[in-house]
Amino acid sequence: MPSFRTFILAALALSLMATQAWSTSLPDSVTLNQNGKLYKPFSFDHAKHISLIKECSDCHHHTTGTLVTDPNCVRCHANSSPTAVVSCKGCHSSTPFSPATLAEKREAKGRYHLDKIGLKGAMHENCIGCHSKRSQGPVGCQECHPRTKDGDAFYNADKQARGPAAKHAKSE
Amino acid sequence: MKRRNFLKACVIGGATITLGKTNKGWASGSFEGYPEAMGVLVDTTRCIGCRSCEAACNKEQNLPEPETSFTDKSVFEENRRPTSTAYTVVNEYEKKASEGPVYRKIQCNHCNEPACLTSCFVNAYTKTKEGAVIYNPKICVGCRNCMIACPFNVPGYSYESATNPVVKKCILCYDTRLKNGRPPACVEICPQEALTFGHRADLVKLAHERIRENPERYYDHVYGEKEVGGTSWMYLSRVPFDKIGFDTTLSNDPIISNVKDFLGMVPMVLSIWPALFSGIHLLSKKEGHDDHGHHNEPGQEG
Repeated sequence: MPSFRTFILAALALSLMATQAWSTSLPDSVTLNQNGKLYKPFSFDHAKHISLIKECSDCHHHTTGTLVTDPNCVRCHANSSPTAVVSCKGCHSSTPFSPATLAEKREAKGRYHLDKIGLKGAMHENCIGCHSKRSQGPVGCQECHPRTKDGDAFYNADKQARGPAAKHAKSE
Repeated sequence: MKRRNFLKACVIGGATITLGKTNKGWASGSFEGYPEAMGVLVDTTRCIGCRSCEAACNKEQNLPEPETSFTDKSVFEENRRPTSTAYTVVNEYEKKASEGPVYRKIQCNHCNEPACLTSCFVNAYTKTKEGAVIYNPKICVGCRNCMIACPFNVPGYSYESATNPVVKKCILCYDTRLKNGRPPACVEICPQEALTFGHRADLVKLAHERIRENPERYYDHVYGEKEVGGTSWMYLSRVPFDKIGFDTTLSNDPIISNVKDFLGMVPMVLSIWPALFSGIHLLSKKEGHDDHGHHNEPGQEG
């Protein structure tokens, strides 16, 4: 029967391995909106957010192994261990309303997370939500991702100045 | 054919038509939408008023260029409604609230039992099994009955067209997207996923679950779940719905319920009354004939 000391050692070794795995896979920056057509891709400063927020679960929920406090999550994820995938796109679909996704949802009637927000929604909600709550960080569209030429055409950006109420208009 | 038989046939036929129509009218009162109908849940607590949905709608439906850019936030100074050149608009409410303003997207709500469809005498409107309320502009005669009938003031009218003015409104991107199972353009562009596309029946459950899990975030009501018999577009809000421009006085009965009893009488008036009254008239005349000379009749008939 393994002694208590062996158990502690094993636990320590495991946690060390986990930490090492984390430090090697933690990206300092992530390029977001890579396939953006209306807005350009941009670099997200992951390292800066880690040093500012420190709490992984603020963005990554339970997936990094940190304890969650949201009562709705605690019901199931009180003691959750880290998951294999922690990136946003690992769970949040980039096509939340495609016929395939909707059909899959209809099949999986027993699943709890049927109302899981899509990738684009998850990112905007998380970023803008936190930035407005802390009154810190960008909240306007172009503060994160500048518009492309296609984007300018899409939003009829050239029409900004000619409007009757243009003097009040803010360029986001 | 004998006159009496002819009249009898008229009355029986008229009664059958009348009863048939009326039964159909009664059945429509319990119609809860097509089982596979799609819909959109608008979570106004997520909307940030970016107006991307307006831009997406404009491009998808090939609408004319807007007066000012879709990034122009000064449009929020006034309360707008959908027009023939903008099938959806976003308005700003609760401007002075400490939690920030509430934005509400307006477009056709695609009723389960559309009043526009009921009011249209040329049958230009169709409620498709996918849930969209579409219309055929080639049939539309521009009478604007639907504009008056719509409980949400949605259909716009192309007043600018002198030769062929027609009614125009959101069709849930039926032709280009919904028909193929794809979400409408506004849903796809929304950065905040304030718009959730799915089967209407699923969206109702999902909406109530959001309220149950975040009671402090939502006012406990799903607008459009029951209003005017239910709509394909439904809304969640932080504040009571009358504060963000919704008509909260609408009944849960479809608009057609207000008129179907009356409309059920129209076929009766048209079919039974002529037969009934001409029958009475002829009978009274016949009695007159009987008095004068009954013996002439076989000769006339032969």
